[in-house]
Amino acid sequence: MIDATITKLTVKLTPPIRAEGEYTVTAPVGLGDVAKPLSALERLANNGAVRRGLILVALAVIWELYARWLNNPLSFPTFSATVEALWSGIASGIIPTRLWVTLQTLLIGYAIGLVLAAVFTSLAVTTRLGTDLLSTLTAMFNPLPAIALLPLALLWFGLGRPSLVFVIIHSVLWAVALNMHTGFLSVSETLRMAGRTFGLGGFRFVRKILIPAAFPAILAGLKIGWAFAWRTLIAAELVFGVSSGQGGLGWYIFENRNTLDTANVFAGLLTVMAVGLFVEGVIFRAIEARTVRRWGMQRG
Amino acid sequence: MAMAQREAPFPASTDAASAPVLTVDGVTLQYKTPDHLVTATYRVGFDIHLGDRLVLLGPSGCGKSTLLKAIAGFLKPVEGAIHLKGKPVTGPGPDRMMVFQEFDQLLPWKSVKDNVAFPMLENGVARNEANQRAMEAIDKVNLTRFADVYPHMLSGGMKQRVAIARAMAMRPDVLLMDEPYAALDALTRRKMQEELLQLWDDIRFTLIFVTHSIEEAVLIGSRVVVLSPHPGQVRAELNCHHLDVTHQDGPEFQMLTRRISRMLFEDKSVGH
Repeated sequence: MIDATITKLTVKLTPPIRAEGEYTVTAPVGLGDVAKPLSALERLANNGAVRRGLILVALAVIWELYARWLNNPLSFPTFSATVEALWSGIASGIIPTRLWVTLQTLLIGYAIGLVLAAVFTSLAVTTRLGTDLLSTLTAMFNPLPAIALLPLALLWFGLGRPSLVFVIIHSVLWAVALNMHTGFLSVSETLRMAGRTFGLGGFRFVRKILIPAAFPAILAGLKIGWAFAWRTLIAAELVFGVSSGQGGLGWYIFENRNTLDTANVFAGLLTVMAVGLFVEGVIFRAIEARTVRRWGMQRG
Repeated sequence: MAMAQREAPFPASTDAASAPVLTVDGVTLQYKTPDHLVTATYRVGFDIHLGDRLVLLGPSGCGKSTLLKAIAGFLKPVEGAIHLKGKPVTGPGPDRMMVFQEFDQLLPWKSVKDNVAFPMLENGVARNEANQRAMEAIDKVNLTRFADVYPHMLSGGMKQRVAIARAMAMRPDVLLMDEPYAALDALTRRKMQEELLQLWDDIRFTLIFVTHSIEEAVLIGSRVVVLSPHPGQVRAELNCHHLDVTHQDGPEFQMLTRRISRMLFEDKSVGH
């Protein structure tokens, strides 16, 4: 045992010297095709939409089975009853009208929020005071839940759409500005210098170099902003809802809860989720496919 | 030292008597780190004539990249001046296009062709002409097949070729290259060096090339400015326009590289 260790330590390892050789390289034979197409099942499994669809189906089945076992339509209606309620809501036109009211408010607030975020971040990247302003304001307001501002908004803007728009702007602005600014800061020094050797400066530099280069972060900001706005709005509508005689989706949910029409409440919630899935899965996905994924800035 | 005498003749070009394109005159450069004020170069001076391939050579810490950045206009000299065609350099501009070492200098959101055309379009070249010049430049660097591909699909060497094409298509007065091949593997680097020389033979642009490789300097350069480190000062200006790839294994090439390495490594001041 000890002998073996000593030998290992003292004898230098010398590999045997073998003959040299030069070979001709030939094409591989008998391996079949170098690239083989995947089977239909494998390709199906590689399709993200199919995978996500399967998850949705599985969730629906679990829901249906659990609700049937529970057998209490007042507190937890079945999936089929919810779909039925949703369908009749759509057919009667009430859900589309409510949805439209909500979406209008949402888009106004979202758009204003984005413009303000762009202004703040442009200031922040061009001036040092702007940077300080943005970081201070973001640190102050980002943790403040939008809904907490609703009572104030009602006091200032009254019982109507302006109040809702105000809280949406608040929920969008800081999240988006923070992401945009982080994105701008992470643009590489090389890319910045390259842009400047092309003779770009000021706003043109921001638009043609910084914004596209920071697009992954900006897109993440847009998504977060969208989710915040959507959540804030539904919650705000649940609190007071009716604006100029016309309620939105949140109000629809609230109304039906009051009448204990639980299937309709679920139908309303389902609509909220469906819109969320659509925006995330179709709109943002399409933007990603055309931009960051095509550019290789994000893996697909 | 006999060597110095033998290679004394200056560039054989006919316009040796013409005014230089770019002059660097007693330039001292300083930059600030969070804790220090670093002097990168101290009273450095040299001239660049039309068609020169001037190489700034030196170990790390000799301020060669900083000097190139100053020529590009990213840094103001504390002392001395840089003049391009008689006018002082005040900021970055498309008359001094730069090729960087990093592969991420291409705009990932633009195809190869659009990347090459972009600086021209931003500087008032009409779309048709810009596209045409872009394709010509892409042709020159042998990337015609990849014109519509996005940068992330290219290898490192290809990205550097695109960057070179982009800089050349702009037809700058001086082309600046900051260790453009340092991040490439040895085989690709060798190929790119030969391609660059071929390209110079075709178009005859004016080049300032920064490197820390003595072989690369002698190979690429028609004239080498050797810088000593901490802070960078001109240690020597040498001609090597007569040495190219075919001489690389020859005695003259070897002697020159050895002479330069003696300069760089036997000086007590050399850092590492």
